[in-house]
Amino acid sequence: MADLKQVTDASFSVDVEKSSGVFVLDFWATWCGPCRMMEPVLKEIAAENMPGVTIGQLNVDENPQTAMKFEVMSIPTFLIFKNGVQVKRLTGAMPKAKLVDEIKGA
Amino acid sequence: METMPEIIDLAIVGGGPAGLTAGLYGARGAVRTVVFERAMPGGQIITTDWVENYPAFPQGVNGAELGQLFADQATAQGADIKMFVEITHIERRSDGIFVLESADESFLARAVIIATGSVPRKLHIAGEEEYTGRGVSWCATCDAAFYREKIVAVVGGGDSAIEEANYLTKFARKVYIIHRRDSLRATAVIQQRAFDNPKIEFLLSYVPTEILGNGSKVTGLKLESTKAEGERVIELDGVFEFVGVDPINEIAQGLTPLTDSGYIETSQNGTTKIPGLFSAGDVTNTTLKQVVTAAGKGASAAFAALHYLENE
Repeated sequence: MADLKQVTDASFSVDVEKSSGVFVLDFWATWCGPCRMMEPVLKEIAAENMPGVTIGQLNVDENPQTAMKFEVMSIPTFLIFKNGVQVKRLTGAMPKAKLVDEIKGA
Repeated sequence: METMPEIIDLAIVGGGPAGLTAGLYGARGAVRTVVFERAMPGGQIITTDWVENYPAFPQGVNGAELGQLFADQATAQGADIKMFVEITHIERRSDGIFVLESADESFLARAVIIATGSVPRKLHIAGEEEYTGRGVSWCATCDAAFYREKIVAVVGGGDSAIEEANYLTKFARKVYIIHRRDSLRATAVIQQRAFDNPKIEFLLSYVPTEILGNGSKVTGLKLESTKAEGERVIELDGVFEFVGVDPINEIAQGLTPLTDSGYIETSQNGTTKIPGLFSAGDVTNTTLKQVVTAAGKGASAAFAALHYLENE
């Protein structure tokens, strides 16, 4: 399993908005069961090193500005960015295959 | 020469309280037991903040933690839990062996217990789809913190609805409970806690008809009286839906009879009409859908399956 890129309010613009390729950002918190359930799924996907795909996490407790900016009101929420522009928004835990399909289709 | 695929003695589909208890009993029965879970073990309780009615936890226990304890105990006794394996099809061959298929693998088993559980039901009203994740939620423990000092509604009158409404008052300024009947279905002690809570306002005998929003998030909820008292609109920031569950029965369709509501028909012992096929938990036709009953039925189904394997 691979580590996930940890994104913060401070690093968001550099990490995500200025990124190239596909960036999957998981909005999560420690108190959210389904978020904890998705963490190993994300790590597995990251370990597969899909070309041009980066998987990151943003803790909504520690980084409320970015969560508010994107009006995230349910977690887990997955925002998929392409060359820094948001192209997809997915809410709730889902099987790995579904998330991979969404990433491929981004 | 091709190697013969392994034949699992007892395959359990679903890793919630029913499946994991079945796994525990199967493993202790000294048969090769595999639990297939499409995500992580625990089942629906993962989204529950505090479980107060599972015996032997006098102070209650966090739902995700309880789920992990179920999994740890099954594993400690020798059950093999395969995570992120979603079984999508089950067939019984003429020799009585079951073939279980996932997206990229197939497995063989002598006996199968289906314990796939259920999913929260949606209201299927206008605005619900559009505002999912932008004010519409099915998980108070996940999302309550986004509603600090805001106004939310809980739809439903059962235990889950009223418990989650109580939980939401820790964050929200006001919580409406909207229920289609004029009385609640929840357990008395849970109801009383809600009646005593000054942040909760009851809107009984109303059903939601439309979730209203401003294009980016929820702003209101349209209700209709079930007593012909007309429509009303309330302003709010979030809608939490707890209007019951639907069984996850796709793999059982065409394999074994289902009830009209889609639950797997089982006997008291968890047997189905198909030899070697058993079922337990929320996916079956039981009236009480609780962690304790799911665990109990999981044990019964495993016991019946062990008996079947011995006499096969």
